Amino acid sequence: MIKVSNLHKSFGKVKAVNGISFEVHDGEITGLLGPNGAGKTTTLRMLYSLLPPDEGEICIDGLNPNKDAMAIKRTLGVVPDSRGLYTRMSARENIAYYGKLHGMSNKHIDTRVKELVKTLDMADFIDRRTEGFSQGQRVKVAIARAMVHNPQTVLLDEPSNGLDVMSTRALRRYILGLKERGHSIVLSTHIMQEVAALCDRIIIIAAGRIAANGTAQELLQKSDCSTLEDAFVKLIGSEEGLLA
Amino acid sequence: MSGLGTVYKKELRENLRDRRSLFNSVLLGPILFPILFIGLAYFTSSKQQERAEQVLEIPVVGAQNAPNLVSFLEQQGVVIQAPMENPEAAVSSQEVQVIIRIPDQFKEQWTSGKPAVVELIADPSRRESDIPMQRIRGLLGAYGAQIGQLRLQLRGVSPGVTSPVMIKDVDLSTPRSRGMLVMIMLPYVLMITAFTGGMHLAVDSTAGEKERKSLEPLLINPVPRWQVMLGKMSATATFAFASLFLTLLAFRFAFPMLPTGALGVDLSLSAEAIGGILLTVGPVVILAAAMLTTLAALAKSLREAQSYMGLVFMIPMIPSLIFMVNPMKPETWMMAIPMFSQNLLIGEFVRGESVSLHWLAISMSSTLLIGLGFAAIAATLFNRPRIVFSN
Repeated sequence: MIKVSNLHKSFGKVKAVNGISFEVHDGEITGLLGPNGAGKTTTLRMLYSLLPPDEGEICIDGLNPNKDAMAIKRTLGVVPDSRGLYTRMSARENIAYYGKLHGMSNKHIDTRVKELVKTLDMADFIDRRTEGFSQGQRVKVAIARAMVHNPQTVLLDEPSNGLDVMSTRALRRYILGLKERGHSIVLSTHIMQEVAALCDRIIIIAAGRIAANGTAQELLQKSDCSTLEDAFVKLIGSEEGLLA
Repeated sequence: MSGLGTVYKKELRENLRDRRSLFNSVLLGPILFPILFIGLAYFTSSKQQERAEQVLEIPVVGAQNAPNLVSFLEQQGVVIQAPMENPEAAVSSQEVQVIIRIPDQFKEQWTSGKPAVVELIADPSRRESDIPMQRIRGLLGAYGAQIGQLRLQLRGVSPGVTSPVMIKDVDLSTPRSRGMLVMIMLPYVLMITAFTGGMHLAVDSTAGEKERKSLEPLLINPVPRWQVMLGKMSATATFAFASLFLTLLAFRFAFPMLPTGALGVDLSLSAEAIGGILLTVGPVVILAAAMLTTLAALAKSLREAQSYMGLVFMIPMIPSLIFMVNPMKPETWMMAIPMFSQNLLIGEFVRGESVSLHWLAISMSSTLLIGLGFAAIAATLFNRPRIVFSN
């Protein structure tokens, strides 16, 4: 459960996020949809308390990132935009490192890694050093290490970036599985099909503001369009979206 | 604190797997420096010996003007060579190092009992001519003294009259100054090692992590950032300390191989001296790790961080240079200056002198304090949101 109200963030003169409010419910997948540079990553970074907001309130499961940064970090699983792995360590060691940082015991980590290897289909490469991993393998490791402590809330920043069709399908299956288990999930993306295939609720962000917020059906009705893509372009105001 | 330990262990483990940079940063120094030392010592001492024992071959212009002098030189083992057309040109073109010229007035001055002029043509700014010059000067002086004494004796005067003061050289300077080479170089080498030993790890684990985009996900974990920073800094210090220990160990085995006769100083590193030096330089390792981590956290990219590292070499050099230009007697206030105090204290340890615990305490605590200051700066840098953003 995430509540965000009136969030602002500027970098110098650039207003990256300019008054964003929304809610994310458990057992739902919420998509932050927007063109490049719309403020999706900045919004997510404020959610996982990497950046302090200039203004506004964030509340995740009753916790405030400014006051309870450590507690929030324990409840969050984040796959950020940068997902570098340690190439001199195996996939398993990469994941175990994060488990350790979460204060998990070795035994607990072992059982979690076993589960993740199964759900994410990583058996082939779990004990290989991550040097030379494919994009798909790397994203799987990045997801696994973010999920090692089994967080209630999951934030994914453009998770399917650079993935091929098969990996994307596997990723979607995994995210849907998380939803079934009652996690609340936020994912940012600029890919229409992803939103259509996954999200229960869509938040369209453009130029740091929310252009629209609702289910896919609601957005289509609101914009009076027949496809999500048309709705997207219409709702954000075409010029801006295409130029950004 | 478990976060700190986790980061520390992971950095050590990951960097131990990077064989090449492990070798370069931790092992190369301990292998290279002692070899350099021994090589240099042998080279200088054998060169000097060689020049001193070499047969002197000197062209003499106007040998017919002083046949006795020339035959004296020949008796002393000098090989007299035929003169060249233009002696000055031959010297300045480095064809020969020294030429003796006996002017035509020599005979006249000699017989009339006036000081007879003998010219030595050489270029003293060329250091390789030092030794032949000294030897020729000595021989000519000896000839002059011998003749002078004979003349006095012929006139019934005791030769002692002309030398009211007799100077006797008790030469300590040369061997000690050669020993100084080691004295100045060793602290410097150890100080450099305190920096270089952890340099790669500091850069790789901070700026490198930023560039490989693994710092942002790392910092999302529920570990206070100062602990992450301190874990990396401790790993840096551990590598530097290991390198330092290996360097000292290598010198312990290398010192007996030095030509001590030529050095004039009996250098040795006892186990106690090694322990003392490690204790002395330990705080420098921490200071160095803190400085390196600060610089690496400041850098936006790996490349920028590496460019700072070149400057880092200068830092431990400064006190050694001051000491080289202006050797000072150690005093209490100097112990408060990091790296300078260690310089002085290492010298005491190597000479086998007992080191004042009071001084050691001042040196260690002042260096540690400044190291902690840098660690605090690094922690602040890690707390800025900007730390995760590379260009």
